[in-house]
Amino acid sequence: MASCAGLAVPLDRLLTPGSMSDIAIRAEGLSKRYRLGKRERYRTLRDTLTDALAAPFRRFRSREASDEIDETFWALKDVSFEVKHGEVIGIIGRNGAGKSTLLKILSRITEPTEGQAQIHGRIASLLEVGTGFHPELTGRDNIYLNGAILGMKKAEIRRKFDEIVAFAEVEKFIDTPVKHYSSGMYVRLAFAVAAHLEPEILVVDEVLAVGDSAFQKKCIGKMGDVAKMGKTVLLVSHSMASIASLCHSGILLESGRRTFFGPVEQAIDRYLAGIGESDHEIDLAEGKDRRSGTGELRIVSAKALDQDARPRKQFSYPDTISVEFEVEGLSKFHNFLAVVKVRTTTGITVLHVPTPPGFYWPGPDSGNGIRIRCTIPQCHLYPGTYIVSIWIGRNAHLEVDWAPDVLSFSIDQGDLASYGFDMGWKHGLYFCDSEWSIASASPYMESVATQETGRE
Amino acid sequence: MQDENLQPVLIIRPSKGFLSLNLKDVWAYRELLYFLVWRDIKVRYKQTALGAAWAIIQPVMTMVVFSVFFGRLAKVPSDGIPYPVFAFAALLPWQLFAFSLTESSNSLVGSQNLITKVYFPRLVIPLASVLAGVVDFAIAFIVLLGLLLYYGIRPTTAVVWLPLFVLLALATALSVGLWLSALNVKYRDVRYTIPFLTQLWMFATPVAYSSTLVPQKWRALFGLNPMAGVVEGFRWALLGKSGGPGGLLWVSVAAVLLLLTGGLFYFRRTESTFADIV
Repeated sequence: MASCAGLAVPLDRLLTPGSMSDIAIRAEGLSKRYRLGKRERYRTLRDTLTDALAAPFRRFRSREASDEIDETFWALKDVSFEVKHGEVIGIIGRNGAGKSTLLKILSRITEPTEGQAQIHGRIASLLEVGTGFHPELTGRDNIYLNGAILGMKKAEIRRKFDEIVAFAEVEKFIDTPVKHYSSGMYVRLAFAVAAHLEPEILVVDEVLAVGDSAFQKKCIGKMGDVAKMGKTVLLVSHSMASIASLCHSGILLESGRRTFFGPVEQAIDRYLAGIGESDHEIDLAEGKDRRSGTGELRIVSAKALDQDARPRKQFSYPDTISVEFEVEGLSKFHNFLAVVKVRTTTGITVLHVPTPPGFYWPGPDSGNGIRIRCTIPQCHLYPGTYIVSIWIGRNAHLEVDWAPDVLSFSIDQGDLASYGFDMGWKHGLYFCDSEWSIASASPYMESVATQETGRE
Repeated sequence: MQDENLQPVLIIRPSKGFLSLNLKDVWAYRELLYFLVWRDIKVRYKQTALGAAWAIIQPVMTMVVFSVFFGRLAKVPSDGIPYPVFAFAALLPWQLFAFSLTESSNSLVGSQNLITKVYFPRLVIPLASVLAGVVDFAIAFIVLLGLLLYYGIRPTTAVVWLPLFVLLALATALSVGLWLSALNVKYRDVRYTIPFLTQLWMFATPVAYSSTLVPQKWRALFGLNPMAGVVEGFRWALLGKSGGPGGLLWVSVAAVLLLLTGGLFYFRRTESTFADIV
């Protein structure tokens, strides 16, 4: 755990190279302030000139300008933590919680407004795969270019070249300009270069979700290898499954502040508890354009309901649970498939509930938005916390929107309490109906035993 | 930092007060510089029908136009040298400068995707753009050699100074490019001023005419435009007619050093905000 104390580190300590401590990253009070209104942030020369020339407008203009300056916000505020060598840390939080800003500061892309961080060891950051890829250049050229941009030496790239090409599975096209690559090949090549970086500390943002699912598995496997090799990894991802399987500890950021730092399961639980905290509904419209899928339709809200259609987060076994979500942009097309996925906090998908065959909706007359409800009568999931994700597609192969981790709900023991032990999902996931009978091992006792143990 | 030290400690904190230029860091990233230059060169003439021939066509066409209008019609004196060679010897460094200046001024904005995703000393970007212009220069230089042969002009020993003048042209382009590229991040208007700037600058430089047209007492002042020193230096080193650029050159060198130092420090000061506003 990081201590917030010790902001005033003696100067001589800062300048001592190669201290033998096992600290890889020490962040102390990192803060970053941005001005609101990204587009207005850089003044154009025209503004400056009109300010000077157009006296009648000056007052109006300058007032506007001062408004801009006043509206600042802290994307990151007073974030401190310590990461030891060999630790794999997940950074989690909602969109806009400051995750990317933190990574950008640690990768030296942007400077903190306040605070400081010490990094012990060679650091490489991967905020995107394929940075600097040039479409006109061949796969071969781009490996060298991208490798150099990520901080590899030429000799190092040459040494790993064959390995990179083999990993990306693009041997045949290595001398073809990448503009002719399929998007899958492009992404594979891009990830392959990144995967062969050999820093002591690696900072990664969301790059795991690339390519088809087979390649994604390969990527996650590679990440796991990196972690096992004793590298220090800082990982930002929206996929709690990756975070849970790769990381030891988690840092939870909320509105730019560190609200939790500790074991990864607890961090995820805290994060999920925060999902849908306010009135059981989160605003999915924010950041909808950054989600994957074609975007013709967008899921703008989602909530869990009980059997009386009241929003709820706490259920008892075996309550009826409904997931209701609102979709925008319906007038654009008429048919779609939807899937409600429910998974554990450790990332195991336990329910995959698709729209049934022949399910369709009234069509464009219903206005711009529509509510869709998926009801699971008598949910037989084991007690625990579950996370719901929603997928919609034109068909099974054409994704329109994918909203991961939109809400969470938990189920308590309810009727299961009478079984006499804690039926959490650490033991199992799904409670199926069962019939039990008992029989004696000796044949002539059988009829007697069956009679005695009938069902309740 | 990519140092090979056992355990380098990197301190990340807000930059305040006086900032060192940190050229050591740039040196550590020399391979990236090499790859960026290589990329620019490799990509430049892809998908052009004439390819690298453009490096020759541009200065040759300009030379022809100059020879007709200034040489033939306006009869601009050319220090006793055939006007086409006189103009071409100046056009070469001029185009190297103009090209490098334009490219480096737009380089940061054009590298947005790199700046917002990866760390490296940002200085590498305009530097790479400036250096990438050298290849075009080298190609066009072959044409100049042909012209010298045609007119039977034999360069004197002064030709050994030529690389220094090339360096001076590049340094001038870089120093102005540093200012403009950093300003361009903040004020996108810069992009539109560059064509005017290079055009006006060319007329302030003795490309189409000789600096001997400038009265002697103003000559040294004329050197405040570093490209005047470069162009006169080129003519002196290659054509060997005049007695060398003399005092004008020293004024030019001083002007470049001043501009370059200022540019480096300004660039360094604004560097940290590039990713936030680009």
